[in-house]
Amino acid sequence: MMLRLALATLSRRRARTALTTAGVAVAAAMLLDMVMLGSGMRESFRGFIEQQGFQIRLTPRGTMPFDSEATVGGGAALVQAVSADPDVVKVAPLIGSKIFSRVTAASTSANTPPSGADSVVAAFVLGVVPAVQGDYLIVEGRELAAPDEMVVNASYLAATGFAVGDTVQIAAGYDAQMRRFAGTRTVRIVARARFVMLGGTERAAALPLETVQAMGGPERADRVSVVMVATRPGADIETVRLRLEAADARVSALSTAAALKFVDERLGYFRQLAFILATVSLAVGFLLVTTLVTVSVNERIGEIAVMRAIGVARWRIVAQVMAEGVALSLVGATIGLGLGLITAKWLNGILAAFPGLPAAFDFFYFEPAAAFRSLGLLVLCGIAAGVWPAWRAATLPIAKTLREEAVA
Amino acid sequence: MREIVLAARDVRRDYPVVGEPVHAVRGISLDVAAGDWVAVVGPSGCGKSTLLNLLGAIDRPTAGSISIRGKDVARMNDAEATRFRLTGIGFVFQRFYLMPTLTASENVELPMSEAKVPRAQRVARARELLTYVGLGARADHRPYQLSGGEQQRVAIARALANQPALLLADEPTGELDARTGTEMIALFDRLNRDGTTIVTVTHDEELAQAARRVVHMKDGAIVDQVVRRPLGDDAPAARGATA
Repeated sequence: MMLRLALATLSRRRARTALTTAGVAVAAAMLLDMVMLGSGMRESFRGFIEQQGFQIRLTPRGTMPFDSEATVGGGAALVQAVSADPDVVKVAPLIGSKIFSRVTAASTSANTPPSGADSVVAAFVLGVVPAVQGDYLIVEGRELAAPDEMVVNASYLAATGFAVGDTVQIAAGYDAQMRRFAGTRTVRIVARARFVMLGGTERAAALPLETVQAMGGPERADRVSVVMVATRPGADIETVRLRLEAADARVSALSTAAALKFVDERLGYFRQLAFILATVSLAVGFLLVTTLVTVSVNERIGEIAVMRAIGVARWRIVAQVMAEGVALSLVGATIGLGLGLITAKWLNGILAAFPGLPAAFDFFYFEPAAAFRSLGLLVLCGIAAGVWPAWRAATLPIAKTLREEAVA
Repeated sequence: MREIVLAARDVRRDYPVVGEPVHAVRGISLDVAAGDWVAVVGPSGCGKSTLLNLLGAIDRPTAGSISIRGKDVARMNDAEATRFRLTGIGFVFQRFYLMPTLTASENVELPMSEAKVPRAQRVARARELLTYVGLGARADHRPYQLSGGEQQRVAIARALANQPALLLADEPTGELDARTGTEMIALFDRLNRDGTTIVTVTHDEELAQAARRVVHMKDGAIVDQVVRRPLGDDAPAARGATA
């Protein structure tokens, strides 16, 4: 009957209860979004790394993958040495660079070049070993099979007006003043692909590794930016990483865990902000529930004194008042869960449109355990919010309260 | 010889008001036998309600003893006093104080629910009590759907729910019009004739005249007692006492 009384009390002032519940729901939604935001970028990054299927990345000593234009020479020997490690099952060398595509009305197949006739479109290019690459997923067409074939993304096609099947001219360098190209090559576009680590708006292409190296001339001959390494299942990744790093003083070996740690460090401020906002949400939820329950107790002070007078135990009064706080928090948290997911999706759409971010990058990562933990925390706050008004209600001096109520 | 339900001995109650001690009740001694109906009357501020609160174990005396059915309520801790109020005493207040979100029947069930009476039993007893007070047909009405007199009847039914040894009523007709007040007095009379021991605090002369004994208080002390109808005289007390 006490629970029924608690719920009936809440439904007595429907508008006020609804507004408070809405407030708690907004706080819960914000809390959920901040928890999702706190881990979203990290988990997205982990997803991308794991999707590539490599556990270790070798980079020029002291650099992060594609953090700079640094490269390591003797790429073939390095790949051979790494492949010789008994725990290594796959090695994928990469080189990152730029290509310049000459776009003329004649060079396009069907479309007018969007940037106008005789324009030059720059794009990021990856030199890959097609058989082992994990950097792009083909959407249309086929994998690279010859040195003069190229895979591109949708942004590149949109900027150039080219289409899959077109034969195009590209160059490793371009002097804008002299309008002179260097390291030119005629290649055929064989596929449209989605590049895992690149933003949806960023123009990108992939060529066979040796093609990119050759286009760069002697400076780029046999050089690599990153060597991706896949270990055999069950291998101790950290041991392999240390071994590979010790074997060649020119490279740093970065494991997935170390890469995530690096990302964590970079996202430190972001996570702190999310933590602060989540704490603010909890505080707002707590204050809302405390305020409503306190107001409710103040309104019913005479009723509560009478309940005590007719023999209702203190703990039952405490339980009734706290049940109100719990009910508000539970309903608010449940609504907030849905609201949080909707707003996360909406905000993700806005944030994901930032240039330079991978197309499938998620800022908000829904992890059920973390979400329910945070909403559970909010419900705990609701319980805690009811403690003070409940205790106050239960410890009212009965006679004095009744006398004051009678006078009032 | 009738059982003494309530025995108060030299009861005092002092409390500070703006730092100064106020002697609200000054050494009151009072016996109430089973089946008696005592009306405590006196001017405002004379300590009537304070005395009633002390007798009902919702306040503690500064000195003296209060025994109800042999139990010293003045020395009970909060949990014991709460339990005692639940099963040993029925309260009726001037302002009814029904739970507005519960029906009349649920209001009557509330003390029984607290006393862990099985649901079927308490529903049946609530109906029985509401029928007794003349509200059998309005059991499912909520307080706001009832008149003042009807609400007070529900409050009386609630007070009787756990078959208390003593019914304490603080100005039970104070919020009612004259006609409804008279009906209420008739109900109290019937309750008393059916064996309920009652102590009422009142300004209502008609209610006081209906009681078996009238205790006059002044400045926190009993100054006079008048026995109007001795115990055993079961003739109707008040005019029109036919509730």
